[in-house]
Formats: sequence, C-alpha cells, structure tokens
Amino acid sequence: MTAATDVLAPAAAPAPRRRDFEVVFALMAALLVAAPFVVYPVFLMQALCFALFACAFNLLIGYVGLLSFGHAMFLGSAGYVSAHAAKEWGVTPELAILLGVLTSGAIGLVVGALAIRRQGIYFAMITLALSQMIYFFCLQAPFTHGEDGIQSVPRGKLFGVLDLADNMTMYFFVLAVFLGGFLLIYRIIHSPFGQVLKAIRENEPRAISLGYSVDRYKLAAFVMSAALAGLAGATKSLALQNASLTDVHWSMSGEVVLMTLIGGLGTMFGPVVGAFVIIAMLNYLAQFGQWVLVIQGVIFVVCVLAFRRGVVGEIGALIRREL
Amino acid sequence: MRLTTATAIAALALSSLGAMAQDKTVKIGNLNDMSSLYADVGGPGSTVAAQMAAEDSGLAAKGWKIEVIGGDHQNKPDIGGGIARQWYDVDGVDVIVDTPNSGVALAVNQITKDKNRVFLNSGAASSDLTGKACTPNTIHWTYDTYALANTTGKAVVKAGGDTWFFLTSDYAFGHALERDTEAVVLANGGKVNGKVRHPLNTPDFSSFLLQAQTSKAKIIGLANAGGDTTNAIKQASEFGITAGGQQLAALLLFLTDVNALGLNVAQGLTFTESFYWDANEGTRAFSERFAKRMKNGAKPTMVQAGTYSAVLHYLKALEALGGNPKDGAKIVAKMKEMPTDDALFGKGSIRADGRKIHPVYLFEVKKPAESKGAWDYYKLKATVPADEAFRPLKDSECPLVKKG
Repeated sequence: MTAATDVLAPAAAPAPRRRDFEVVFALMAALLVAAPFVVYPVFLMQALCFALFACAFNLLIGYVGLLSFGHAMFLGSAGYVSAHAAKEWGVTPELAILLGVLTSGAIGLVVGALAIRRQGIYFAMITLALSQMIYFFCLQAPFTHGEDGIQSVPRGKLFGVLDLADNMTMYFFVLAVFLGGFLLIYRIIHSPFGQVLKAIRENEPRAISLGYSVDRYKLAAFVMSAALAGLAGATKSLALQNASLTDVHWSMSGEVVLMTLIGGLGTMFGPVVGAFVIIAMLNYLAQFGQWVLVIQGVIFVVCVLAFRRGVVGEIGALIRREL
Repeated sequence: MRLTTATAIAALALSSLGAMAQDKTVKIGNLNDMSSLYADVGGPGSTVAAQMAAEDSGLAAKGWKIEVIGGDHQNKPDIGGGIARQWYDVDGVDVIVDTPNSGVALAVNQITKDKNRVFLNSGAASSDLTGKACTPNTIHWTYDTYALANTTGKAVVKAGGDTWFFLTSDYAFGHALERDTEAVVLANGGKVNGKVRHPLNTPDFSSFLLQAQTSKAKIIGLANAGGDTTNAIKQASEFGITAGGQQLAALLLFLTDVNALGLNVAQGLTFTESFYWDANEGTRAFSERFAKRMKNGAKPTMVQAGTYSAVLHYLKALEALGGNPKDGAKIVAKMKEMPTDDALFGKGSIRADGRKIHPVYLFEVKKPAESKGAWDYYKLKATVPADEAFRPLKDSECPLVKKG
C-alpha cells in the first residue's frame, strides 16, 4: 500500500501529509469514542450516519467534481430495504445492512449510467429527477408504509452475539461502520484510481487525451458513492429504528450539499464537521419549528460569503495543510 | 379486585419505603404539530390545556412539582420518534400527551412501551392504537376512527347517501378511517364507487376532486383531517361539486376547521365529535378560561379538551398512588381502575384495551343566520351513548383483552 502511494502520489512530501491525516484521524476517533459518555448516544449515532452520508457525497463532488442532487435516493432506499429485511424477514443486522448497500449500489449503477452522460447542471437535474421517481415509488410501495414509514425496526443481535438494543453497544457499532467507511473513502481517494478521479475533476478533456476511459471512472466513483451513502442509510435505519420518507425526500439531497459546503468541499474531515453542525442545529433548534430552515439559510449565506472553503477548508488554508 | 389493589399498593409502599413513594415530580411532554396543518387542532393549545389540568389538579398545593413542555414533531414519524426517545432517555419526561398524526402516534406508542412510560393520546385518530397496536402503556382518550365512521357513516347512509367515493389522506390515520367507514357503509347497505389517496398536507385537490366528481357517487367521504379537510371542502365548493348535487361527508372536522372555513362554506356539514365548548355550564366555564389564555382567543377543540381531561385523570391516579412510581404500566393500570369524571366529558371509564369511553355527538354546522356570534357553530343532531360509540371489546384485536 505504501509503495503504491509513494510511486503515484506527487513527489513533493507525501509522508508528512499522510502523517497529518493520521494525527487528525486519531484525534477524531478518540473524540468519538469519548463522546457517548457525555452526549446522548442516539443523537451521536444520527450525526455519525449523516457524516458518513456527507463523506460519500463529498467523494463525488469533492474529488470527481460531479454535483449529484439526488443522493437522498441512496440513503433512503437502503434504509427502507434494511429496515424491511430486519423487521419482516428477521435477518441479522449485518445482513440487513449488506442488503441495503447492495440495493443502493445497484440503483447507483443504473442512475449513474444514465447521469454521467451529461455534465454540470444537467447532471444534477438528471439525478434530481431520478431521485424524485424513487421518492414517489417509496410513497406508494406497500412495503414502505407510505407516510408512516417502517417503524420500530428491531436492532437485532450483531453476528448473533452482540445485543444492539443497548444504546452504547449500538453506538460503537455505528462508530465502527463510520470509521470503516471513512477510511475506505480515504483509501479510494489516495489510490491511483483516486488520482485519475482528481485528474478528471481538474481537466476532463486532458484526462481523455491521456487515454483514460473517463466514463468508466466516473461510473465507478458514482456507484461507490451510492453504496457508501446506502451504508449510511442502512445503518441509520437500524440505529434510529425507523425508515421514513424524510430520507428519500429531495430536501435531504439539499441538506447533504449544505453539510458538505459548510464543512469544506473536497476535504476529508469537512463533511464530518458539517454533518455534526447541521444535525446539532436540527436537534437543538427544533423548538423554533419552521424557523430552523430560516436559520439554516442564514448560516448557508454567511458560509458562502465569509468562508467559502468551509470550516475545515479555512482551517486547512490557515495552517497550510490538506485536511 | 379492590383487595388485591390494596395489597399491591401496600406491597409497593413496603418494598420501596421512602424514595419512590415520595417522588412528587412529574414532567409532561406535549408532542404535537406546532406549526403545520394540525397546529390549530392541538398544537400550542394542548400545552395550555395540559398546564390548566396541572393547575386544576391542585397537586401543587400538596407539594407536587409538575412541569409541562412542548415539542414539534413536524408530522414526521422519524422526528416525532426521535423527540420521544430523547424526552424519555435524557429529559426524564414521564408522560407524552396529545400527539395528533396517527403515524407519529404509532411510533410514540411503541417507544413508550419499550421505555415503560405513559402515552395519553388525544389528537390521533387511528383505532389501531387500541386495536392491534394496543399496549399496557397507552390510553386513547378523545375519539377514534371507529367512532367517527360508526356515527357519521351510519347517519349519512340512513339519510340516503348510499354511494360513496373516498378522498383519503395517505397515511395510517386516513387508511384506518377509510377502512372503518367503508365497513359501516357496506354494513348499512351502501356501496363504495371508488377511492383516491392524496399525500398529507396537499395544497391542490383539483385532480382528486375531479375523480370524485366523475365517480357519480352521492357522497364524497373526506377521510382526512385539519388543513387537508378545509382545503378539500373549499376547493369542492369552488369547483361547484357541492352545488352539483354531490354531498361532502367530512369524517373528521374540528371546531377550528369550521372557524377557518367560515359558516358560508361549512354550513350543513354533518360530522362527529366528542366535545363541544357550548354543551353545558362546565364546558362553557372551561372554554372561557381556555380562550383567555390563547393568543387568538380560540375556543378549545375536542383534542385540546381531551388533553386536559386525560392529564387531569393521570394526575388523579398519581395522587392515589401517593407519588410518581416512574412505572408507566402501573400508572396506566391505576388509571383504568379509577372511574373518570371531569367537567368536560362527564363520567366515564377506561377499558382494558386503553380506550376511554364517553358519549359522542353528531353535529351539524349552523347556517350563518342561525349563528349568534363568534364560535357559535354547531347544532346537536344526535347523541350516541358511551357503550355504543366505540368498537365493542369483543371485536377488539387488542391482545390485552382476554377473550372467553
């Protein structure tokens, strides 16, 4: 692994950059391990699932430059499938999540194959249109229970041993899933494959002229992003014990854009910070009812005007490191 | 029965001597739609009602500390469930009250059972709460889809409205209301020509109403509630559907809906409720006090009245237990054992399945000329006694009801 990175990464100091990541990652992991002893674990689980979702989204927009405006379909459909599998078929949680991931990956393959043929705003519109189709499917399909959603999903026993009904056990399972997904994304970005993705982001015609089959790279990245978003959705439906229309609604696709932008587009840690900020806002400002949307809008405007690189992006620029 | 209870209480008092019996703090959470289509029906008004019940219980003078908080579930089961979980886990809420929107109510129902707290539902309609989804921790207070369907459905079919088309809100409540009403219509010799389902909180009913119009059914049954019902009624009147000879049957209509529609549009609608502010001295006195505390001076709906009545009875049960045992199933068992009595719903009782029993009334909206002033909207057409209004216990799917 090290050899491959060394050969393909730019010659200028790959080692310190890697060490930066390791330090910050260890810091984040330590914080997250300690967090449930201070903060309500169910809230943290929700935030972690959204953080993974935002990271998956960031893989696409931050590193390939594709703005998908329909990522809620992957989050939501995986959530529905794993909730249904866990509740109606009584499968174990790991299998339920796997089924969810496979579903969103398959949807990602179909949607991606259609969407990557266009660029820019048209790409965003195609993903939005297809995600609306998924939304209306979920509204009408009998197994999703329409407006009620799938409720009281059993968390089950992990590998048939660990009882996830306990909030703490569930939290550490979610944390493991999140950290696993996060490292996987890091690995993807820093692999030769990831280098090609970045090349496509910077200059697509040049990547084509260098002989890369750009469409295949884009499609592969799209499917990976979809599957990881599905991983987040499937885990979320087990952690919060429900799957509902909120997760497939287009406003969720907007929310993930907001999370990524506030945290920092194209940074590893940005989406995580963004997700925690937005979810904390939704949670702690809930008593203001619909004013939450207004407050969100104001924060978004301030973010775009004042720190365009997002929280983590600005910090990174300040200390001249890539985070 | 009484002896066993006495023994049970004695056993509790002995086993837990001080700590539990002396716990005299109660936290009541009003989980509601605070900003959208059900906000007028329950909403902040239910928090006021719960506060009034806490004051009227007179427990504060006896050293109890009662706190009422409110939360907005935004009509989303995931958000409502999240708030309920957090209230129980972190904020130490003992009882969740009201909670319109059957989807959210069913989510809270399950969580309440898992955490062994108390859920006093007033605002949701689905009869499943005391049917197949019943729990030893839930009491369904004010009304349900069975009572609505049974009363309105029967009355309309008997008056000659024997062909129906349903306009149904597409979630638990709408489905339950449609199912229960359809059964009543068929049982009374009527026919259902068709049905269409619309998403919750729909601003535009035109396509649904046109389908209803072409169905040629005599009655268009509105199996929805709150803002959806008022929108459908207004638009039906604009389309000339009501003028064209088809009749609307609002299966669930609240006082605030009639207020929003105005008597010109709403006149003649027949529907079922279990509380009307202008029924007797007791309800008028309560409603006046209530209206003074509301920003817009609104009279209480049956949902808000039910919240008051339920909280009052809950606090009576706690007083009888001598303290807050923090054991939901036990409190609910005590509530079921005690007869209910308050100024708003009169004397009543709570059945084994968690269904609160009281009479329900068939009302008709007055013509503008008949109304004497603001909030004077209803005339009473019929009273259904308590034991006939709700689903008989023998038909209940509730596992708590022992058959045989």
